[in-house]
Amino acid sequence: MVPGFIEWLETSIGRVPRIASKLGIFDHLGACKARWGIERMSFIVPPGLYAVGAPCAESPVIVTANYKMTYDIVRQALAGYNVWLLVLETYGINVWCAAGKGTFGTGEVVRRVTSSKLAEIVSHRRLILPILGAPGVAAHQVARRCGFTVSYATIRAADLPEYLDNGMVTTPAMRKLTFTWYERLVLIPVEVVLELKLLAVVSGIILLICTLFNNLSVGLTAFGAYTGAVLSGVALGPLLLPLLPSRSFAVKGAVIGAIWTLIYYLLTGASWNLCTKIAAFLALPAVSAFYTLNFTGCTTYTSRSGVKKEMRIGLSIMGCAVVIAILLLTLGRFA
Amino acid sequence: MTGFRYLEKVVTLEYSQPTCIGCGRCEEVCPHQVFVMNNKKASLIDKDACMECGACALNCPVKAITVESGVGCASGMINEWLREHKLGGISSGSCCD
Repeated sequence: MVPGFIEWLETSIGRVPRIASKLGIFDHLGACKARWGIERMSFIVPPGLYAVGAPCAESPVIVTANYKMTYDIVRQALAGYNVWLLVLETYGINVWCAAGKGTFGTGEVVRRVTSSKLAEIVSHRRLILPILGAPGVAAHQVARRCGFTVSYATIRAADLPEYLDNGMVTTPAMRKLTFTWYERLVLIPVEVVLELKLLAVVSGIILLICTLFNNLSVGLTAFGAYTGAVLSGVALGPLLLPLLPSRSFAVKGAVIGAIWTLIYYLLTGASWNLCTKIAAFLALPAVSAFYTLNFTGCTTYTSRSGVKKEMRIGLSIMGCAVVIAILLLTLGRFA
Repeated sequence: MTGFRYLEKVVTLEYSQPTCIGCGRCEEVCPHQVFVMNNKKASLIDKDACMECGACALNCPVKAITVESGVGCASGMINEWLREHKLGGISSGSCCD
């Protein structure tokens, strides 16, 4: 089943599915579900060659991934154009992540060009690739192995019409990454959903231990404190990214965690003893720091070496903070 | 990237200008404008903006660029480290597993 299928287009090498540029209600619903992590890994379209509009031998060939959200964004952007869309097998992963893994890669480009008999359909020898696919594709190798030259066109699919109208020339703006509030906001639901399982286990253990050694009220307070610290690190840290101080994600996370701890203390902390206060302000920011540091995987401006450095220094500080906090809580309980 | 800068002086990107043949691929693939073309040679103008994605190195036909690229999130790197030490991975269902 090909999403957006209109009809079969007869070509010299056989039938090619012609697909719509307008998305339907189920496309939007599917994207919404994927954003929340529901059936995200099976949100996929078959790889191969597709026709948008009424392409001919001279029409451009645009290459993309087979994550359905990616496929939908690209075909929607191409409304009103006559182009070929070559969808690579990236196992339902977006262009950027698939390029990092190498599935949006040189080998797959060559394989898909060959298996779709592209050279018999088009008279030119040019492939248009997304710029964020470049970490997986060696343009000179593609040219050597299948005769097609690669043009890295734009970062965003939304810029493709301007690129095509502009005589297939990339403007500096098309090459510039952004990370807007909206772009960060849409990433957060899936981040929260992916952490829910671990959060439920750890916060459950905290609830149990604190209830056993104290009472249910203390258990619930600790449960709320930890859950808030995780959510602050997973959701608020990324969302407020440019407002939080420092370039380090761990520091940004610790700051949002400290703010959370302060708010929680003002709301529920009237009965906290000194040990509890110190423990809360040590452990909770450490937990938030870890989760905000993890968000480096979702950005497109953090380097692996930078994350390594943050982990080398940060993980030991976070670990120490948590251990000292546990010791203090034990001390406060039995002193 | 306007408004966002990551840690300074950590990037492993290395570039040998004498090797450059001036094809311009590095400038074309870099989303952070780390390279610009000057007099038919690429110049490395903003090393600290590099996110180590590896696109420039992979697309350089004369291997004038090297960079250690790879997974950049904490849980992905912890999993990588655990696998290297044959301790199994913690599957949190994250994208980098």
